[in-house]
Amino acid sequence: MIDFLVVVLFVIGLLSFFSTTIGILRFPDFYSRMHAAGKGDVFSSVALLLGLVVYHFHHPSLGGTLVAIKILMISLFIFLASPTATHAIISAGFNSGVAPWTKGKSPEEHK
Amino acid sequence: MQIFYTFILLFSFWLLLSGKFDAFHLTLGLLSSLLVSFMSADLLFHDQGKSDSRRCRELWRFILYLPWLCKEIIVSTVHVAYLALHPGMRKLLEPQVIRFHTRIKSEIGQVVFANSITLTPGTITIQVEDGEFIVHALNSKFAEGLPGEMEERLLRIFGEVE
Repeated sequence: MIDFLVVVLFVIGLLSFFSTTIGILRFPDFYSRMHAAGKGDVFSSVALLLGLVVYHFHHPSLGGTLVAIKILMISLFIFLASPTATHAIISAGFNSGVAPWTKGKSPEEHK
Repeated sequence: MQIFYTFILLFSFWLLLSGKFDAFHLTLGLLSSLLVSFMSADLLFHDQGKSDSRRCRELWRFILYLPWLCKEIIVSTVHVAYLALHPGMRKLLEPQVIRFHTRIKSEIGQVVFANSITLTPGTITIQVEDGEFIVHALNSKFAEGLPGEMEERLLRIFGEVE
């Protein structure tokens, strides 16, 4: 049962990492690529980390539980850091005047 | 009081990271977290004017907000995956940059709002300046959804009048 849950979480995490990567490669411009990079990231790494936390329940022990809590703290950190990093990168791009892709129409707004 | 809260936080963090519960390590942790909390309690609790009960209420409502945010993150991952793997992706996209003003006054509220926008499907925050948000949206459907429900929720959390 535990193994099944772990495998499911890992597969979910890997699949969403896969589609995130495909998204980064396929999206048309800098901004929409950041959509893929900034979002897919959080969920997939949290799913992988949760898989590790569940795996620890095979041999519950004090040390193992501490490690599990530490892993949860890492996912909390990713939760905070990933949107912030996305924000920093995209804001730098915006400030240096990267034009957004607008499907061939004239761009309405960029510096 | 702020020093005490900081101390509790730091000491529990010490216990978590060290994982050793003998007298030597406990004393070390006690001393160092006391020292650090005396030096830097005002960094963690930035806004001195808030009352403790208000802080607790905000924290509690923020915790209640998290499940909704998690749901949004899952939806947004599925959405990005759908777009990335869709053969006619460029037809579905209609990126645009929009600006709007938020009614959220507090700084921490605006930070949470900006991060939440980035995490929810189809939208990403580019810049926040004096309450003006510049947001990149993947198509007009998502652009219309802003500020919308999320701002309402965050106003209920951080919008409390002094």
